[in-house]
Amino acid sequence: MSDIPYKDKGSILRPLKALSFFARKPVTEPFEPRPAADSYRGFHVNDWEKCIGCSTCQKVCDNAAITMVRIPGLPEDPVLGIRNERPAIDYGRCCWCGLCVDICPTGSISLTTEYVHICREDELDSYFILPDPNGMHGEHFSKGWDKTEDADLVDLQQQPMGEVEAEQRIDNFDEMINGFTSQQAIIEASRCVQCGMCHDSCPTHMNAPEYIRAIWEGNAEEAVRQIYRTNPFSHVCGRVCTRRCETACSIGRRGDPVAIRWLKRYAMDAVSDERTREIAAEDKVDYVSGKKIAIIGAGPAGLTAAFDLVKKGHEVTVFEALDKPGGMTRYGIPEYRLPYDRLDADVEVITSLGVTIRYNTRIGRDVSMADLEREHDAVVVAIGLQEGRSTRIPGSDHKQVKKAVSLLRKITQGKTFDVPRTAVVIGGGNVAMDIARSLARLQKQQYGEVGMTVAALEDFDHFLADPEEITESREEGILILDSRGPKQVIVDKGKLTGLVTLGVISIFDEDGRFAPRYEERDEQIHPAEMVIESIGQMTDVSLFGDELTERLEWNRGRLKVDENGHTSEAWLWSAGDMVFGPDVVHAVADGHRVAASIEAYFTSVEVSQ
Amino acid sequence: MRPENYQARNQPPSNEFELNFGPNHPGIEGNYAFRVKLNGDEVLSARADAGYLHRGFEKLMEGRLWIQNIALVPRICVPDPVPMEVCYSLAVEELCGLEVPERAQWIRVMQLEMSRLAAHLFAFGGHAATTGMYTPMFWGVADRDLILDRFEELTGGRVYSIYNIPGGVRREVPDGFLERLGSLLDYLESRLPDYDNLFFTNQVFIKRARDVGTITQEQALKWGVTGPNLRATGLEFDVRRDDPYLVYDQIEFDIPTEPGGDALSRNLVRRSELKQSIRILRQVIDRLPSIQGSIRCPIPNPLAWNVPAGESYARVESSKGELAYYVVSTGGDKPYRVHVRGPSSMHAVQVLENLAVGCRLEDIAQIMFSLDACPPEVDR
Repeated sequence: MSDIPYKDKGSILRPLKALSFFARKPVTEPFEPRPAADSYRGFHVNDWEKCIGCSTCQKVCDNAAITMVRIPGLPEDPVLGIRNERPAIDYGRCCWCGLCVDICPTGSISLTTEYVHICREDELDSYFILPDPNGMHGEHFSKGWDKTEDADLVDLQQQPMGEVEAEQRIDNFDEMINGFTSQQAIIEASRCVQCGMCHDSCPTHMNAPEYIRAIWEGNAEEAVRQIYRTNPFSHVCGRVCTRRCETACSIGRRGDPVAIRWLKRYAMDAVSDERTREIAAEDKVDYVSGKKIAIIGAGPAGLTAAFDLVKKGHEVTVFEALDKPGGMTRYGIPEYRLPYDRLDADVEVITSLGVTIRYNTRIGRDVSMADLEREHDAVVVAIGLQEGRSTRIPGSDHKQVKKAVSLLRKITQGKTFDVPRTAVVIGGGNVAMDIARSLARLQKQQYGEVGMTVAALEDFDHFLADPEEITESREEGILILDSRGPKQVIVDKGKLTGLVTLGVISIFDEDGRFAPRYEERDEQIHPAEMVIESIGQMTDVSLFGDELTERLEWNRGRLKVDENGHTSEAWLWSAGDMVFGPDVVHAVADGHRVAASIEAYFTSVEVSQ
Repeated sequence: MRPENYQARNQPPSNEFELNFGPNHPGIEGNYAFRVKLNGDEVLSARADAGYLHRGFEKLMEGRLWIQNIALVPRICVPDPVPMEVCYSLAVEELCGLEVPERAQWIRVMQLEMSRLAAHLFAFGGHAATTGMYTPMFWGVADRDLILDRFEELTGGRVYSIYNIPGGVRREVPDGFLERLGSLLDYLESRLPDYDNLFFTNQVFIKRARDVGTITQEQALKWGVTGPNLRATGLEFDVRRDDPYLVYDQIEFDIPTEPGGDALSRNLVRRSELKQSIRILRQVIDRLPSIQGSIRCPIPNPLAWNVPAGESYARVESSKGELAYYVVSTGGDKPYRVHVRGPSSMHAVQVLENLAVGCRLEDIAQIMFSLDACPPEVDR
């Protein structure tokens, strides 16, 4: 029973109680809008400087109130992951739930304390607005519902990647990254907001959102299918890609980007090689075109072009000077980063489609360019940058001064050489790290200790090698010195004993040209039995022969090509590192571009006939 | 149909006639309507028509991501939206096996009781209006507004707070919020004698409401009556105590009952529950600062959230009665099926259709408000 005295009949005086209400304030709402609470969910504002146009707000909006609008004049850079699109809000649909704020990867969009909008009949469009930092009416209301740590729905943390400990990995060339487990891969894939920045920034425009989605759905085969739409070097790129996608990833704005490279690796490892070959062959045409194509160089660019062209029914032959395929991915990248059997798996997919690779065949020596021109409808030169550049400092002509790429090739080929007890690498890029870490492993195997020094021009804030390469190298006992420029190689009685370096003042001059300036008094001597130069690569174009070299057009010593890699000769294309500089995924993209150009050329020839 | 083709319906002479009661009748909530058969002013039968207010919630939910539904569910019951969010979240959490942090559970209890207070103030105001007394309605709505102010401060939204998501709540309680809530409770408690004088012990109201729309306990159980309406038939049943969820098992409160089963009893139960909710909120204010920790457990990216396959049933005690969500997932990023067991669908359809028989026309609106039925919740 309740305690309400409702059975009380009251008294005749009770109405007098009402008199007490004369003294009370009436409940009256003011005419002016009341200031809203601090976290009020009113009209939107959007910081255009922070916003990257990733459209995640649009995806989470449960009323389809958000439309991405292209705004000419705003910065647009696929490499940095910025689009010139900004969200526009239809307040006829918006329900002010604030999910757009909570999921925004950049934290640019917020709701404000502004909540009054009045329009006349002819201003119905004024409910559809493009929020900017000034708010709906430009009146600078304070922010209401804003990004907070509690409310953030973006998962900023990457799944940790397991790695072999430094002590276990230093004396062998076994792969050091463990790869994701299926559970980790699904969790990592679920972090993706499907903005597609990765796709835009990738040189070969891999369908990363699609294969990440497929991994999240537990469908690794579909992921492989999506991967093979654009990249036949998927095992390779799953391990050693320079991953511009992750730089552009919108999650990376405030946290760790989605580990797109490791996800690709996971998908490739999860599907058997045999099934991968079947998937890759799905869109091969079932007719023979009768066209013959020669490709020089079995590296990523050449083999990607071969992959595309063989699927179109052409007969493709690849000529390779060495005895194994892969080019720089095999002879330049150490096995602890890219196991050879994974590279072989990638190449087998391509050969299984019908591409013939002729090994140990050097063009210009075993076969001439003229023969190729005569016997084929098109020829692609994709020979890469196989020669190392020299510093040309005094003493650099000593036989114990080596080029990084040549030495790496030697290690891969299994050729024996005298492993130095101490060595200095000149250079600070990933190749410098590769040779330093490879030699360190050999030193550990032979002498039980590491004696490697890396001397780079750049300081650590502008280092060229990946940060994890530096960390891992240090773990393996390699000394890395920044801002050191080589002065001379010390040769004592014909024996190399060390390298002299100077402190770097600046690397580039006012015009941005490479012109390092050194502090002469800051001199250091690094004792060493070997000096390795790792300052860049160049190509060897002697295969063309004098007559063809004369016919071709050149641009400052580089072969002149159009944007599709087509040279001034109608039958000749050029692709890969020798055009764009060293990078696997660029080479793959270039292979596609050249293949498409050749295909278009064949079509145009047929049409004109 | 041209006017000249109209023909008068050929009916035998009788005192019986049909009346469309609502949807514009001021005493009927929103869109809700009845087709009433009358003999004079005595109701012979009534057919409920849920109208076209907010329909198809359950179907809509099947096409939306799990997280997107949190912005939809509060709309199912405008006067009492929080139980919808909490109940949906509880059901999804059960499917996902999410452990909601204790602090979030206390914050949810706080909102649920704030919402119950607001809904009951609305309900007695509405009932008063249907009996011709408008002052209680103004008071109820004005005082409810003060609760909405606190909702606005806590959640950023006055009516649809959209504050609970599977895993916990969306934001931390603002600084000084509990003090302000405490002084609001002091104020509301000081208003209770005013409400009593004005309405609950007002003989005009008592005489109007006594023995109107009486439900026996047996009928109540048979018809699926829950909440205050069930307790007004003398049965002490409350999901908060009998099937505790969140942290209700750590909170002391009484379950008020009344023996009458009529419109008066139902209102008196609600009046007593105002006091109990204030009591619960005071306990929350005491306990919440001592419970530290996060307000949400980690949840996956809402755009890529597959809820494990299975089905779950979560129930809470809303201001109107027992509210439950039956959620089926096939392991996808959207629900396969959501069924909302809204208390009002029983109260406003079969109960009201039965109670209306034999009562007088002017009591239909009163009975409906005494049952505190919420039309959008009837037809989801």
